[in-house]
Amino acid sequence: MSTAPAMSRPKQGASGKTGAWRIFRPRIDKDACNACGLCALSCPDAAIGEDLEIDLEYCKGCGICAHECPKKAISMKREEK
Amino acid sequence: MTEIPREEFVLKCTSACAGCPSSLALRYVLKAAGHDTVLVVPACCTSVIQGIFPFTSLNVTVYNIAFAAAAACASGMSEAFRKAGKKTSVIVYAGDGGTVDIGLQGLSAALEREEDFLYVCYDNEAYSNTGMQRSGATPYGARTTTTPAGKTHPKKDLDGIVAAHNPPYMATTCVAYPQDVFRKVQKALSIRGPSFIHLLAPCPTSWRFSPDLTIEMGKRAIRSGMWILYEREFGKVTINSVSKAALKNPLPLEDYLSPQGRFSGIGQREKDILISQARKMAKRLIHEEEGVC
Ligand SMILES: Cc1ncc(C[n+]2csc(CCOP(=O)(O)OP(=O)(O)O)c2C)c(N)n1
Ligand code: SF4
Ligand code: SF4
Ligand SMILES: [Mg+2]
Repeated sequence: MSTAPAMSRPKQGASGKTGAWRIFRPRIDKDACNACGLCALSCPDAAIGEDLEIDLEYCKGCGICAHECPKKAISMKREEK
Repeated sequence: MTEIPREEFVLKCTSACAGCPSSLALRYVLKAAGHDTVLVVPACCTSVIQGIFPFTSLNVTVYNIAFAAAAACASGMSEAFRKAGKKTSVIVYAGDGGTVDIGLQGLSAALEREEDFLYVCYDNEAYSNTGMQRSGATPYGARTTTTPAGKTHPKKDLDGIVAAHNPPYMATTCVAYPQDVFRKVQKALSIRGPSFIHLLAPCPTSWRFSPDLTIEMGKRAIRSGMWILYEREFGKVTINSVSKAALKNPLPLEDYLSPQGRFSGIGQREKDILISQARKMAKRLIHEEEGVC
């Protein structure tokens, strides 16, 4: 039996592809967006990158970004099954 | 204000609920702390959301530890780092249950010994990870799985207890203001000795509100005066400007309570108690800031 301590290594996707949890999908309307970055600041999962693209592999669809966007440029649409 | 670094230490993704305030706050705690950091995490949501062994979503060294031992562990670690001539930041990131109830004596002892680490209590006002049981930090009137008719005791005054130890730096903050979290963590880590940050973390799962409202609920907590942002630096209190404005012209309590399922059916008597507690707290802080007491 190994006596090595239980040590985990940092890795993207350590909890799987959490995008599969999503019920509502965010979409940024680039024409309405003024690139203020508040959505990226507010995402609990850092799923919005510097380029303000949403990483749908991981976005859980909480909708915080849509709620916080001052331009109302993000809409939430139900995922199609 | 200093730029918030772009680097993420909470890698996509934790297994936290959608809209989790603890993950959001942790993003900014770790951005402020940087690479040379050890996070000490007692049992709480943050210990279970890290990912599945042998991987973790947290890109700093994390030490997961038993409930009551967090502050003792951080004490030993920071002592060892300082003896070795290292500046490594040691941060306890603990829930309210792990702080106001279970970890309190360890925290008190570390504050008394003036250990050199930061203790962050993220307060979602319940034992959320195990299914929303009431904690000492649950507010009066809130329904939890162990207080189905509403809690009949007020929220414990954790900040009053910590203040009695006179740490060089203590502050309240809220996940609704990531820049505030970032600034206060940086400040706390720049001061030698024990520092303490009490972070309000509105949790959609246990407070029972829609997950898109995590930040909104934090803002409403502050605007209604139910949560006050302030700092106490070497004994001197400064109420932060958002709270100063809020205390002059507070949002109706109803605007804060009504989106939260945990307050559904709350009576006028309970609401009056919540308001009177909040007013008392505000009065005490204003007096302290003015140097009256
Ligand atoms: C000694 C001990 N008792 C009980 C538990 C079960 N437990 C794990 S997390 C938790 C809830 C912690 O609540 P809190 O500190 O508020 O953190 P949150 O879950 O809300 O993030 C409990 C009771 C445990 N791990 N160890
Ligand atoms: S919906 Fe939530 S998880 Fe997805 S990008 Fe917006 S804030 Fe992030
Ligand atoms: S219960 Fe609350 S604090 Fe815990 S992971 Fe879920 S949202 Fe976060
Ligand atoms: Mg809790």
